[in-house]
Amino acid sequence: MRFLPHSDQDISSMLDAIGVEKIEALFSGIPANCRLPRDLELSDPLAEADLQRHFQALAAANSVDDSWSRFLGGGYYDHHIPTVIDHLISRSEFYTAYTPYQPEISQGTLQAVFEFQTLICQLTGMEVANASLYDGASACAEAVLMALRCGRKRSKILLSRGVHPRYREVVEAYVRYLDVELVEVPLTVDGRTDEAAVQQLLDQDVAALVVGYPNYLGVVEDVESLSLLTHGSGARLLVAAAEPLAMALYRSPGELGADIVIGEGQSFGLPLSYGGPGIGFIAARQKDMRSLPGRLVGETVDKDGERGFVLTLSTREQHIRREKATSNICSNQGICAVMVSIYLSLLGKNGLPQLARDNYSRAAYLREQIAALPGYSLPFATPVFNEFVISCPQPAAVVLRRLEAEKILAGIDLSADYPEIENGLLICVTEQNDRAQLDSLVEALKGGAA
Amino acid sequence: MDFPEELKYTEEHEWVLLEGDLVSIGISDFAQDQLGDVVFVELPEAGDRVEIGKPFGVVESVKAVSDIYAPLAGEVVEVNADLPDAPESINTSPYEDGWMIRIKPDDPAVLDGLMNAAAYQAFIEEE
Amino acid sequence: MSAIASKGLILDEKLIFERSTAGRCGYDLPAIDVPLVEPDESLLRDEIDGFPELSEVDVVRHYTRLSTWNYGVDSGFYPLGSCTMKYNPKVNEQLARLPGFAHLHPAVPDHLSQGALQLMYDLQQSLCEISGFPALTLQPSAGAHGEFAGMLMIHAWHQAQGNKRHKVLIPDTAHGTNPATAALCGYDVVPIASDGVLSLEAVAAAMDDDVAALMVTNPNTLGLFESNIREICDLVHSRGGLVYCDGANLNALLGICRPGDLGIDVMHFNLHKTFATPHGGGGPGAGPVGVSAALEPFLPVPVIIKEGQNYRLATDRPQSIGHLRTFASQFGILVRAYAYILSMGPKGLKRATELAVLNANYIRARLEGSYHLPYKQRSLHEVIFSDAELPNDCHTLDVAKRLLDYGFHPPTIYFPLVVQGALMIEPTETESKQELDEFCDALVAIAEEAKDSPHLLHDAPVNARTRRLDETLAARKPRLRWERREA
Repeated sequence: MRFLPHSDQDISSMLDAIGVEKIEALFSGIPANCRLPRDLELSDPLAEADLQRHFQALAAANSVDDSWSRFLGGGYYDHHIPTVIDHLISRSEFYTAYTPYQPEISQGTLQAVFEFQTLICQLTGMEVANASLYDGASACAEAVLMALRCGRKRSKILLSRGVHPRYREVVEAYVRYLDVELVEVPLTVDGRTDEAAVQQLLDQDVAALVVGYPNYLGVVEDVESLSLLTHGSGARLLVAAAEPLAMALYRSPGELGADIVIGEGQSFGLPLSYGGPGIGFIAARQKDMRSLPGRLVGETVDKDGERGFVLTLSTREQHIRREKATSNICSNQGICAVMVSIYLSLLGKNGLPQLARDNYSRAAYLREQIAALPGYSLPFATPVFNEFVISCPQPAAVVLRRLEAEKILAGIDLSADYPEIENGLLICVTEQNDRAQLDSLVEALKGGAA
Repeated sequence: MDFPEELKYTEEHEWVLLEGDLVSIGISDFAQDQLGDVVFVELPEAGDRVEIGKPFGVVESVKAVSDIYAPLAGEVVEVNADLPDAPESINTSPYEDGWMIRIKPDDPAVLDGLMNAAAYQAFIEEE
Repeated sequence: MSAIASKGLILDEKLIFERSTAGRCGYDLPAIDVPLVEPDESLLRDEIDGFPELSEVDVVRHYTRLSTWNYGVDSGFYPLGSCTMKYNPKVNEQLARLPGFAHLHPAVPDHLSQGALQLMYDLQQSLCEISGFPALTLQPSAGAHGEFAGMLMIHAWHQAQGNKRHKVLIPDTAHGTNPATAALCGYDVVPIASDGVLSLEAVAAAMDDDVAALMVTNPNTLGLFESNIREICDLVHSRGGLVYCDGANLNALLGICRPGDLGIDVMHFNLHKTFATPHGGGGPGAGPVGVSAALEPFLPVPVIIKEGQNYRLATDRPQSIGHLRTFASQFGILVRAYAYILSMGPKGLKRATELAVLNANYIRARLEGSYHLPYKQRSLHEVIFSDAELPNDCHTLDVAKRLLDYGFHPPTIYFPLVVQGALMIEPTETESKQELDEFCDALVAIAEEAKDSPHLLHDAPVNARTRRLDETLAARKPRLRWERREA
């Protein structure tokens, strides 16, 4: 076995030092009635070459490959990933380290995560951000719990129907056995959170309103107006950004008055990888800092007065506060935070807004072409970013199946999550979709309508 | 370690001082020493009620958290506003700059049941 | 002083924001082949204040230099108890990056992502066989997330039986995640004292009709097998409760004992511990959860179903606790874990467990004369010492920092909480006798230094990137992001 270094001689001299004759003797603390009386029934070990063949075959069994045109978003986005990222995070000092419990030999991770926290604050327009959470949906649930802690006796959460359906379901699972009431806020006919309904639902018991920005249907919500409404009743506004690239183009949630901003950072340099690992982020106001869940990296000095970084404010966490902790979380998405930092550093102040404009323009081009097709329409006239809803002349599932034959994955069928939208299809466009792809999608959609 | 005679002490290591009809509360020199460098204090607001034996606040060091228990019931009339910015006062001056809250007790007689300095010193030696 | 202590050139490096030079950009956008249009001006943001401006070279240098300030398993021995820092096979990294996996969007329909689904299904079957549970979810993102899934299922099961129970029993040796999870699921935590291992009497005394579950770690955080576990499970079941097992230490049991066979109802795995996926400086991990047949209907959705030769993700499960993450799993981590299981095979996994236990016991034998050993029972994959016998005001923290000067990552310190000044050493199976000897030599030398030259411990580290860092300052005046300082 290539990962096990022991020679027979090593083993016998170690057993001598311990004072037992056989390795089995070391397991004497396990009673006989707890032993497995047989070998595990698993396949025989594979050598590296066989392993590679086996996995290549599995990967190839996914019928979709890079020759397909893909317009899938819905919380995970197919952006180009600069080669630099994989090279840098393949340095095993980064990826084979543990959580930086010993800061003196973990300054690489700690500084990179401190930079991540700063980048997230700058992008969201917020004051503090943590070292990351599992993904967008769990970040949303953690943020809801945080808003409940900050809101003290308030126990109601208003969830806009525009928030990613999976985020809403995860929030539901997280609060299921707590004393919390979730209330869904409907959307208006143009796909935005219904402000009149918000006004009606807000009372002294509401801890937070949660809205997407853009929301799941791609629509840019009026965060400013929602924040005025929410703050008027003493509640917090929680903004969920499933496609955070939009924040490089549109006004930041912080500027618009959000109290907590969460999102999914996969857009920033992480592979799609069938939905994970991604990276959740959470950013908040200074006044709520001590209610944040998860790891936080802070700046300090060493014995000689030199700048350094440490995990800090850990009394919030499970290993100290146990059942009173702000969350049970102990890992973050470590290496993914480093990937996001590298991505945002490469694109930076100049590249990221440009990329956002590029995505916006491509989506606008496609949207216009589709709107002109007979039988297709745009249900919402509200501003969008790189993702938008169309209504098809047939059920979306039928359209999608038809286009698969042309190696096009045209979008996400909305019939299960939003049956109120007639034949709704959610289409996403990124810099990975060139004009030829956009034009052939339009042609293919037209083909079926004729 | 210093345990001023004029104070009364609790088994949870708070000290109390009756001044007129108000009672000041903080944590003892022994408690701050056990806790190590204090980095954060969470206190109630003026107007809040505190109940006997119930936690009214939290004091944190880098790697520990302790509840602070109210030795008697009453209404908070004043909170040490300097503590959030200078939690180290609890280490450097537990009985003066490090005071936490002043309350108007429902029943000041409860104080008679608390330990004096000598009894408290004996108590911590036993612990 | 050992020869592997650091002597290298350590380059200084500022924060990425301080490296910024106006006008630079490290990424060229693809040519824009559609008309550039702008949204309504009132929606637009100003420039992103403070965002860095750097060339590709700047970024590469920056992160390369940062990496050299880190210590990973590939740098050397990393005996963090409870964290299981075993070697991470390199081929697994390559396999997770295969374009067929890495470029696969989670919304690709099931009939077009059969390879990924098959991989998940096969991994699920392997983990069931390894643990003895009939059903399993791969969804949870890490161990703590798995605990959460498990306790939610326990709550849902009780609810389905019409039980209203409020308490969860947790031994004092438990990870902090256990009580935090129980509270998150709406339960009151009742701690139970244990003397190394949990006794049937202690559980019996705490067990009543208001107890929903017992959460137990096996082997526990002292490295001891909970030898009364079968009887304890029977007792808890007889009073209508369930048993949750924290599987963080499953690496001590592979091929030897299956928790599912012992009466345990739910257990989470830490793929990043037992199955060699990299820890990534804090994550991502993955925390699958195995359950008994009675709990199977409550598994989170989606579940993977095999029908004939085809696989699909199913969400039509009325009793499910629901979704716990946006998409089905930390798939990239699952690929690595499955590759590890296939590389090792059944005998290799068992051998890994045996050698991990051999290594821990060897360290115990080598250090027993130099450090206080609070629990004398036969321990498995990790061993806990304490600073009780160290002279001259030398404590566990000082030993840990001095180990840095010798070129080793220290053990887990001050955990478990039941041992004052704990040093929790877990070597794992991938360390050779030579490596263990060098580490033990260093710890023995440090124990001698504590007697003769305690300042060496108190001043340590002197060879690391930084000296001891002021954690009190960091917590008193939190600075959690970079801000431009006015000149």
